[in-house]
Amino acid sequence: MRRSPRDTEESARRVNRRALLLGGAVSAMFAVLAARMRFLSVEQADQFRLLAEENRINMRLIPPERGLIQDRNGKLIAGNEQNYRVTLTREDAGDVEAVLNRLSHLIPLTAEDLEQVRKEIDRNSPFVPVLVADRVAWEDFSKVALNAPGLPGVTPEVGLSRHYPLYEDFSHVVGYVGPVSERDIAELTDPDPVLTLPKFQIGKIGVERWMEDTLRGHAGNKRIEVNAVGRVMRELERTEGVPGADIELTIDADIQNFVQARLGDQSAACVVIDVTTGELIACTSAPGFDPNLFVRGISQRDYSTLMENDHRPLANKSVQGAYPPGSTFKVVTALAALAAGVITPDTTHYCPGYIEFGNRRFHCWKHGGHGTVDLARSLEQSCDVFYYEVAQKVGIEAIAEMGHKLGLGVRHDLPMSAIAEGIMPTKDWKQERWGQDWRIGDTINASIGQGYVLATPLQLAVMTARVATGRAVVPRLIRSIGGKPVEMAPPEPLDLDPAYLQAVRQGMHDVMNTERGTAKSSRIADDAMMMAGKTGTSQVRNISAAERARGVTSNDDLPWNRRDHALFVGYAPYAAPRYAVSVVVEHGGGGSAVAAPIARDAILRALTGGIPPLDAYPAAQRSRIETDLNALKEKLRASGGSLRTTRA
Amino acid sequence: MSFLEYRVKTAPTGLRKVLHVNWPLVVLVATVSAIGFLVLYSIAGGRLDMWAEPQMKRFGVGMGMMFAIAFVPIWFWRNTSALLYGLTLLLLVAVELFGTVGMGAQRWLDIGPIRIQPSELMKVTMVMMLAAYYDWLDPKKVSHPLWVLVPILLIVVPTFLVVIQPNLGTSLMLLMGGAAVMFAAGVSIWYYVVVIALVVGAVTAVFTTRGTEWQFLHDYQYRRIDTFLDPSADPLGAGYNIMQAKIALGSGGWSGKGFMQGTQSRLNFLPEKHTDFIFTTLGEEFGFVGTLTLLVLYGLILLFLFSSAMQNKDRFSQLLILGIGANFFLYIAVNMSMVMGMAPVVGVPLPFLSYGGSVMLVLLIAFGLVQSAHVHRLR
Repeated sequence: MRRSPRDTEESARRVNRRALLLGGAVSAMFAVLAARMRFLSVEQADQFRLLAEENRINMRLIPPERGLIQDRNGKLIAGNEQNYRVTLTREDAGDVEAVLNRLSHLIPLTAEDLEQVRKEIDRNSPFVPVLVADRVAWEDFSKVALNAPGLPGVTPEVGLSRHYPLYEDFSHVVGYVGPVSERDIAELTDPDPVLTLPKFQIGKIGVERWMEDTLRGHAGNKRIEVNAVGRVMRELERTEGVPGADIELTIDADIQNFVQARLGDQSAACVVIDVTTGELIACTSAPGFDPNLFVRGISQRDYSTLMENDHRPLANKSVQGAYPPGSTFKVVTALAALAAGVITPDTTHYCPGYIEFGNRRFHCWKHGGHGTVDLARSLEQSCDVFYYEVAQKVGIEAIAEMGHKLGLGVRHDLPMSAIAEGIMPTKDWKQERWGQDWRIGDTINASIGQGYVLATPLQLAVMTARVATGRAVVPRLIRSIGGKPVEMAPPEPLDLDPAYLQAVRQGMHDVMNTERGTAKSSRIADDAMMMAGKTGTSQVRNISAAERARGVTSNDDLPWNRRDHALFVGYAPYAAPRYAVSVVVEHGGGGSAVAAPIARDAILRALTGGIPPLDAYPAAQRSRIETDLNALKEKLRASGGSLRTTRA
Repeated sequence: MSFLEYRVKTAPTGLRKVLHVNWPLVVLVATVSAIGFLVLYSIAGGRLDMWAEPQMKRFGVGMGMMFAIAFVPIWFWRNTSALLYGLTLLLLVAVELFGTVGMGAQRWLDIGPIRIQPSELMKVTMVMMLAAYYDWLDPKKVSHPLWVLVPILLIVVPTFLVVIQPNLGTSLMLLMGGAAVMFAAGVSIWYYVVVIALVVGAVTAVFTTRGTEWQFLHDYQYRRIDTFLDPSADPLGAGYNIMQAKIALGSGGWSGKGFMQGTQSRLNFLPEKHTDFIFTTLGEEFGFVGTLTLLVLYGLILLFLFSSAMQNKDRFSQLLILGIGANFFLYIAVNMSMVMGMAPVVGVPLPFLSYGGSVMLVLLIAFGLVQSAHVHRLR
């Protein structure tokens, strides 16, 4: 359809009018777009720049190296072992199956392991290294390293993990580390962010736990650039952390090892303490366990075995086990009586084998009685009746006061787990605890360390050290931190008349060194190392009338867990005390037969600095002891070891 | 003097046509494309072969096609408009029947080695069809309801075929592009008032029916709208794209992080960084200065298009150029609004910048038509 030029002009003008309107709309939109650009790129630029940086930059913590734990001679107790592991990166491996197949011929990998690896590989991005094998043996590890060209994507890596080269010797004192749990974090008010790192380990019990802050150190960090899927592009900046401080214990690892071996399979504890400084030389609890099991993550089976063992290997009996101290407590009663002026060292009492009180009869351990006994005799022969008589006059309050003075019923603050306070009962205590009035029978029972009285082997060792020196010896476990010795004031004198202390020491001397002493068979023959001590046998429960009727008269006839505890405390040398020792053998029977020889061997080991020489023992016993010591030597770890182990 | 005589007398012939090409427009298009090559090279981390080189080849082929089309007389294109429109419509039906599914929608048609997107082609042929229609129609009848219904059908039929692919972005552009040609042709403004009122009513209806069995849009389309309304609500899911795009743009600041220094694009935080979201990379590396420069270049292209249309006295040519200009503007407006968080993500590329064959070729074909109209213009 053709139109006239006039129509054409007219319609073109109309289109132009509309075109201008459209142009106006376009301009308006462009103005809006420009304004939006300005808003985003100029006004909000700072905010978006920050977001872009947040996208791009990640902070990664560098875990610090944990401090070492050494014994007093620098022998390594807890170290960081190089741990060999093998990882696989999918994108470098190419054919994952072929590589895994080749790898399984070099290192032991079960079908389950391989399945686990495949699952991990599928779940992660191709550039993430997946752990194939952890704690690989050195030989296997070298095989992988040697065959590296045939194993694309496989990386042999070296990491650090906690290792306890002395195994069960320090399982209770030093404890172990383990993975950080929710509870660990919850217990901390300001948790270190390093704790959130995968595979980071934290002290769970013992020194590892209670010195955690010292041992852990401070994490370093690095700023890295990552892309959208998290691949690390480059490291931008790095701040090195501070490794944890090394800790030196007061314990001598060789003595600890000897004592641990000497306790053997018995359920027992032994503490050796330096009486001049309070340093713990040995602090053992048997049976022990291998702390390395926990570092790796203990298997359910191993854990059940430990939990079901009636000798309770997980318990630290030396500080956690509270036992009736039995006759070893007579030291406290005697000093309380002397200090109260109730008796003098020469006061005598007649022991007919029992006393009657009201309608109750309290027996002495010796049926026929001891006849007339003074203080020294009462200790030497462990006469109960003497203390029954004395305690009634002294009263429980004075006995408890003396107990506290000697370190009983007091929680000794050491970096160890579950330290028990024990019980030093008083009238108020019984009222509060049991809601009952104190009865004189309670005092009589307490006087010989039975009834309510409970003490730990650590407390008994401290008590003995205080009696031996007359000073308020305070136990300590940490000798130095980061190479700096932990300063400690010398022990203050105990406000006690030296004559009273001497009287008690004389009695303890007689226990081991006279013909009628209860521990005479454990005496040390070398006069330079002469030992003084006190036996104790604490009843777990009375032999019932019914049992007596069945003919049960001695411990040997009872099941193990109802037998008496065997205890012994002692110190040596008598003339110039150096070490004090306490031994508790749970359900071991008599203190003189079972506990005293252990205490003697432990103290000889500490005094002589090696396997005790035979001439320290009485001539008659030497051949038997030689056999025993030789058997013991078999069980000892190679002495010496690597001194001053350097960092891994 | 009849139109026919006039045409023969004044239209340039042979090589003289080269002198009459709208050269500023060619230079502007080449400049914008060159910026595109630069950004594509940067996004690929300094690699030419990933995106920049294929894009350059397409640009070369496209330029050839543009000149070829430009030298064909405009009346040939007017006379073949209906045919080309019909063919494109058939291709759209073919896509529906045999098309390749890409990004969850049927958009491509594989014919041997060539992969074409008929919906892109439709943007041009529909404008041609409408321009030819209004050239034929007596200008006095343009607002008559019956003669308004015809172009509406011409627009709605292809739009419907694109919507069911489904491709919301392109169908919206078809609708708006067609409406722009009708507007330019002089259709009464009252139609637009009524339509806008209806659209507002429809949007309300779309949202009130959401979640019922007869909801109008796909779930993913609803989610895109949600995401647009509040991208930070789901920063790791659907809102991720928008959030990262805004971060890239904003962090560029005044003058940008520098060529090849964009962390958002280089470290892959940006989605579709070489196609629909290429503008954000430009913003990150060249800042507000860079994005504004691009906007000014686009503005100049539009200015030359509009002035070319207004210099022309031929109704078909005028409407064709304005229709193509409107489409060109819609690409820019929708894409930029989308990456700057002002509109939902609908998948519209940025002309001459975004990597992709179909759009580049179709745009250069369209500019070839513009040049043909310009060369053979009625003075």
